[in-house]
Amino acid sequence: MSKLGTITRRTFFVTSTAVVGGALFGTYKYKQPVPNPLLDGDDAIDPDFASPNPYIKIDKDGVTVITPRAEMGQGVHSTLAMMVAEELDLDWRTIKTEHGPASNSYYMSIMIEAMVGHQYDYSTSTQFKRRLTHIPAKFLGIQMTGGSMSTPDGFVKMRSAGASARLVLIQAAAIEWSVDPDSLTTEDGFVINPVNNEKLAYTALAVKAAEIDAPSHPPLRDPSRWRYIGKSVPRVDIPAKVDGTAEFAIDVKLEGMLHATIKMSPRFGAGIKSSDTSKAAAMPGVEKIITLKNEGFAVIANNTWRAFKAANAISVEWETASYPAEQAGIMKAYEASFNSEPNGKFDVKGDIDLYFADVGDFIEAEYRVPHLAHSTMEPMTAVAQVKDGRVDIWAGNQAPVVIRDAIMKIGDYKASDVHIHTTFLGGGFGRRAESDFTLAAYNIAAQTDGRPVKVTWSREEDIQHDFYRPAAIARFKGVMGEKKPAAIDVQIASPSIMLSMSKRGPIPAIGPDKLIAEGTAGQPDDIDHMRIQTFAPKLDIPVGFWRSVGASFNGFLHESFMDELAASKNIDPIAMRLEMFGDLAPPGNKVVEKVAQMAQWNGREGINGTDNDRGRGFAYTLSFGAHTAQIIDVSMTKQGIKIDKIYCAVDVGVAIDPRNIEAQIQSGIIYGLSSAMTGEITFADGKVVQSNYHDYPAMRIHQVPEIEVTILENNPQITGVGEPGTPPSIPALANAIFALTGQRIRELPMNKHVEFV
Amino acid sequence: MNLNINGDDHEINVETEMPLLWVLRDEIGLTGTKFGCGIAQCGACTVHIDGQPVRSCSYPVGQVKGKVTTIEGLGSPGVLSKVQEAWIDNQTPQCGYCQSGQIMSATALLSNNPSPTDDDIDRAMKGNICRCGSYPRIRASIHAAAKAMKETGA
Repeated sequence: MSKLGTITRRTFFVTSTAVVGGALFGTYKYKQPVPNPLLDGDDAIDPDFASPNPYIKIDKDGVTVITPRAEMGQGVHSTLAMMVAEELDLDWRTIKTEHGPASNSYYMSIMIEAMVGHQYDYSTSTQFKRRLTHIPAKFLGIQMTGGSMSTPDGFVKMRSAGASARLVLIQAAAIEWSVDPDSLTTEDGFVINPVNNEKLAYTALAVKAAEIDAPSHPPLRDPSRWRYIGKSVPRVDIPAKVDGTAEFAIDVKLEGMLHATIKMSPRFGAGIKSSDTSKAAAMPGVEKIITLKNEGFAVIANNTWRAFKAANAISVEWETASYPAEQAGIMKAYEASFNSEPNGKFDVKGDIDLYFADVGDFIEAEYRVPHLAHSTMEPMTAVAQVKDGRVDIWAGNQAPVVIRDAIMKIGDYKASDVHIHTTFLGGGFGRRAESDFTLAAYNIAAQTDGRPVKVTWSREEDIQHDFYRPAAIARFKGVMGEKKPAAIDVQIASPSIMLSMSKRGPIPAIGPDKLIAEGTAGQPDDIDHMRIQTFAPKLDIPVGFWRSVGASFNGFLHESFMDELAASKNIDPIAMRLEMFGDLAPPGNKVVEKVAQMAQWNGREGINGTDNDRGRGFAYTLSFGAHTAQIIDVSMTKQGIKIDKIYCAVDVGVAIDPRNIEAQIQSGIIYGLSSAMTGEITFADGKVVQSNYHDYPAMRIHQVPEIEVTILENNPQITGVGEPGTPPSIPALANAIFALTGQRIRELPMNKHVEFV
Repeated sequence: MNLNINGDDHEINVETEMPLLWVLRDEIGLTGTKFGCGIAQCGACTVHIDGQPVRSCSYPVGQVKGKVTTIEGLGSPGVLSKVQEAWIDNQTPQCGYCQSGQIMSATALLSNNPSPTDDDIDRAMKGNICRCGSYPRIRASIHAAAKAMKETGA
């Protein structure tokens, strides 16, 4: 991290707006191109490739696109490579992609855009302020994958990288042929002279092109000329994922590699009181048992299973935790937080206290959602080697520079000593944005005399040492008007994720945590009287980003209550939603109208309004910039409630690859419904109760119906799609169950109240 | 003890109670078969013993009597199986971690039942979790593979 970067991190968040950030650092420094890490890394000593910018490597075998966002299933390598290929005129069948090194050059430029305005606000002044946030984001230099940001962040960057590389390749050919570069064209990896049909491959031009300065702001093609964007291409990562050759961290093999696992304190923040490792140390294949800062143990062995067995054989008494030991006590702390000062106030319109003092009838409801684990299919795993002053880490991870910087700090290394190799991620969902498992692997490898070590967590360790989606309690008061709500007053209690993360990461938590309310706040709700207040109970239970973050529960809270208000006056929830938009978000109206059309919506009760065994629910959430509307159909069977069909309309602004977007939306819905139906992390004796898929279940194939997705492109800006499918799925199901049974589910998971097939 | 894996014999010397999964992964180096839960709940570790799907994470190696097939042993060298082809055609994997197990379960289903109904697919595949939720495409891929296998007589 540069000195400027360090100063930026300390001071930037103190400033209240990004505009100040812009003035502070000036645009001169901002406009300088980022250094190219490809020309400064392991391969750069005697490079046999050309690299016009940090995203493209050309060697004799072809073009490799550096796609510096974590491939965790969302198809981001293909999405980003499509953007490059679009401008560089590559043949899709020849495209290679790589995660590339950890580098501040791959910073997420739109990381703090969400600080500015409402997501549905595309006024010129708001757009201007959003762009200004790119300046401090550059100086923060955080390379990360999350927040459905990779696609909007890459949309100009990656196309510019392709366009700029194309220009230097054309110039190189022009020199070779002694012709005017403007007379040349490109196609499928070749520069072509249309006069005589001569061709030169990019691969043959690479060396010459490397000597030409690449333009940093090349012109981009008009969308009418797009060849890849908007079409579906075969994903580059898929062939290796059907024949077993795709390499996840757990598959990394190195000469002389040891196999290790960890056994961490089951009570967060509570250390080892007493322990006996002698039995475990004597077990077959065990090389060494070490303690990790009194927070737990690592067993180093010659086989993962032997390490697991020995970890189970360590007998240990742990200290007690600082938070209440039992679930009821934890929820009491949430309840008590309502009496504290609010953490934040959002969307305040009119005088709510006065309004409710005067109004006669209002509706009240309290909702509760639990903590959730991520439970990625690949348990936390990392491989590390510490040898001769050099550190190598192999891990599926969502924030490589954060890992690098942390290791530099722990071991007093230079950035050039620490090498992060990002493998495929066996699921991310926010869990692999955390550095705990990679830093543990480093700490273990620091004690193996230079031998590489693979550290694989058991599923039990993975579920019981997560950074959980926080639980929440929400109290709603609302008044229904003629066609739409006249007033809502909301109080939400949920711990601050930003505060929890600030204790372990580079970003300080200052001011209200918007994440507690996002999804209830920030919706295009044209309601005259509104107030959303947040309360943040402080408990040392680690909480973190979980697919769609605050919207993962606020979608349920907001949309369930809206359905309650509509039902209270027997108003159709879709008719009410369309009234509620006012003039705030025309693309929102369109997704709601579209989903109603897809489902042939004719009211909530039964497909034709007569069938008592069927019900349907509607929900809409604006999250990560994407307006998303869903309808879920359910029916009652002898085995329980069955989900029959799911409809979703989503607006992504510009659809890069429709087939992949469909997969992501389906994925987000299934992830949301898994949590809605059965997902719950609870505490007893200070420890997480759940431990594996038998008591922390996931949706299985027999529970998943057809999911029809329609993609719209009315939004003024391109959005990501990894998360927006999740928030409305949960209330759409709850509202469908209400339509089916008359039972309003105000507490998750739903299987506490109803049975599912 | 001797293990026949994907047609090759391997002499191994480990505890008989070591699960087959960890013999494959850590002793032999066949890492296409994945570790997900360790208690036969998620199916990521599914392999075949004499064509029948088993959860290798909970199958002691000492009890393996037949021939073991892993994801690396499907199809023939350089040629994917019809199931794998259908998986690519339908762009099924997302993160891909569970897919070896999904494909092994689907392959066993289709070898016993060349024309599975949706209910048959539910029964055969409900032991395999996919956290990315690729289920709609897994179902479509199985139907497509069944069709392709019938057409080619494979």
